[in-house]
Amino acid sequence: MTILEVTNINVAYAGIPAITGVSLSVAEGEIVTVIGPNGAGKSTLLNAIMGILPATGHIAFLGTPQDGHAIATRVTAGMSLVPEKRELFATMTVEDNLRLGFYRHRAEGPRAMRDALDTIHTLFPRLAERRRQQAGTLSGGERQMLAMGRALMARPRLLMLDEPSLGLAPRIVRDIFHTITALRQTGVAILLIEQNARAALQIADRGLVMETGRITLEGTSTTLAADPRIVEMYLGQAPSAK
Amino acid sequence: MDASILLILAQDGIVNGAIYALLALSLVLVFAVTRVIYVAQGEFVAFGALTYAALTEGQTPGALWLLGGLGLAGLAAGLWQGRGDHTRASILRLLAETILLPAAIIAATLILAPLKPGLITAALLSLAIITPMSPLLYRIAFQPLADAPVLVLLITAVGLHLALTGLGLVFFGPEGYRAPPFSDAMITAGPLLLPGQAIWIIAIALALMLALYAFFEATLTGKALRATAVNRLGARLVGIPTEQAGLIAFALAGFIGALSGILIVPLTTLTYDSGFTIGLRGFTAAIIGGLGSYPGAVLAALLVGLTESFASFWASAFKEVIVFTAIIPVLLWRSLRHGPTEDDE
Repeated sequence: MTILEVTNINVAYAGIPAITGVSLSVAEGEIVTVIGPNGAGKSTLLNAIMGILPATGHIAFLGTPQDGHAIATRVTAGMSLVPEKRELFATMTVEDNLRLGFYRHRAEGPRAMRDALDTIHTLFPRLAERRRQQAGTLSGGERQMLAMGRALMARPRLLMLDEPSLGLAPRIVRDIFHTITALRQTGVAILLIEQNARAALQIADRGLVMETGRITLEGTSTTLAADPRIVEMYLGQAPSAK
Repeated sequence: MDASILLILAQDGIVNGAIYALLALSLVLVFAVTRVIYVAQGEFVAFGALTYAALTEGQTPGALWLLGGLGLAGLAAGLWQGRGDHTRASILRLLAETILLPAAIIAATLILAPLKPGLITAALLSLAIITPMSPLLYRIAFQPLADAPVLVLLITAVGLHLALTGLGLVFFGPEGYRAPPFSDAMITAGPLLLPGQAIWIIAIALALMLALYAFFEATLTGKALRATAVNRLGARLVGIPTEQAGLIAFALAGFIGALSGILIVPLTTLTYDSGFTIGLRGFTAAIIGGLGSYPGAVLAALLVGLTESFASFWASAFKEVIVFTAIIPVLLWRSLRHGPTEDDE
């Protein structure tokens, strides 16, 4: 089943095109990654899909067109974005951040919220330890966990992650990617934007390469990881090291 | 100056300070959630007070028709802004908010006003008439500018203040009004003579502050409002409709403004344009408190109230000058301590 279908979208900043004619689709339980250099328009793509930026073209979610819909409407439909800057509620506690992630389901009552919180605490035990702490005092890795946890509280059908590895220590990146793989089992579709192409292609089913606002290459992760151009540009000379 | 005068002045200062504290709190809230410096809040004080005064005399307050007009304009604005996103439920909600509710309030007032309602009924009715105007104004004037810089929002707020003052003159005329207090009781405690109204004011102010605290700390809606203030994009990403948060903040500000007016009009004569200077004192307190801290705003408001009351004793001609000048050393100190800040976000 197709969760997200993006057809030919364009975004421009003050008349200057940032992304041009991008199409992609994500199916249920699938991890799709978009890799590419800094400034290629990867974040712009996610922001356009989420409705943060105005775009032309078509975005269908679960078969329903989302063009022109507000962010809140898209969240209610089941889309969640973990933005590059995390956008946490810094002066509020970790637990309040998570509770607010449940805003979409607030009508289900406190018991359902408790259950959702327990699920997130099982996924990220660190967040349970830090529940009374202000979000602004967390370390980089914990902030990423909280941002993901908050997004998952909404029980999305599609989780979009913008550079989850950005600025994190390698060991923590490994943990985060581990969690992303584990999330696939729950049936959520994942659209992952990464500069860390090696790690992204390891966990993704399919990948797209984006350069200067266009998709220049796409295929299964294995094909991409073996593509000589990708190896040279993104994976370096020794993909088998480590 | 002896101890009894000192006590009377302090009591006066605290009573006024309590009102300024409520106004300051709502200014801080509105600014945090929507970045609007709500200059027009003072008009809600005057409108609330004069509507209440009119109702206690059995007159139909003119501001009633403003509510109807704003409702219609709010409907048009809501339909336009939500285009593409409207569902049957959202349109029904909009109709209820902009047409049904004002119509019900207008009908209730037209029936009750000639009967010369009791003080509590008159107070509640005034709150019902004035409060909804604030979220309607947000919908009409500020929501289309949600992404505008703070300065544009401030200019809009000043324009709104001027327009509302003019309308106030149309609705209430140039005379001053005073309304009967909730209670005529006088309580003597030693040298202190406490009028019942003063006790009402302090009790209601305290209760409202506690209620606000509970709302923001314990309810998800309150937390959603705080979240919108802390990080607007983050709030939108968890599905909080930030316009809704703005509407709630403006509704609270309108309610607090109208309530403040109703509470003070038995103590002092108010005219259509006296809301501004009262609102300005709340604003002074909010600025001294840092325009971001709720406890800071409350403390500063008490300080403003006390300064005002002692200034009126020692130098009554310079009362306002002293109160409003107090803002300068505070701003100076703040800017020396924190350095220059960007005016936009």
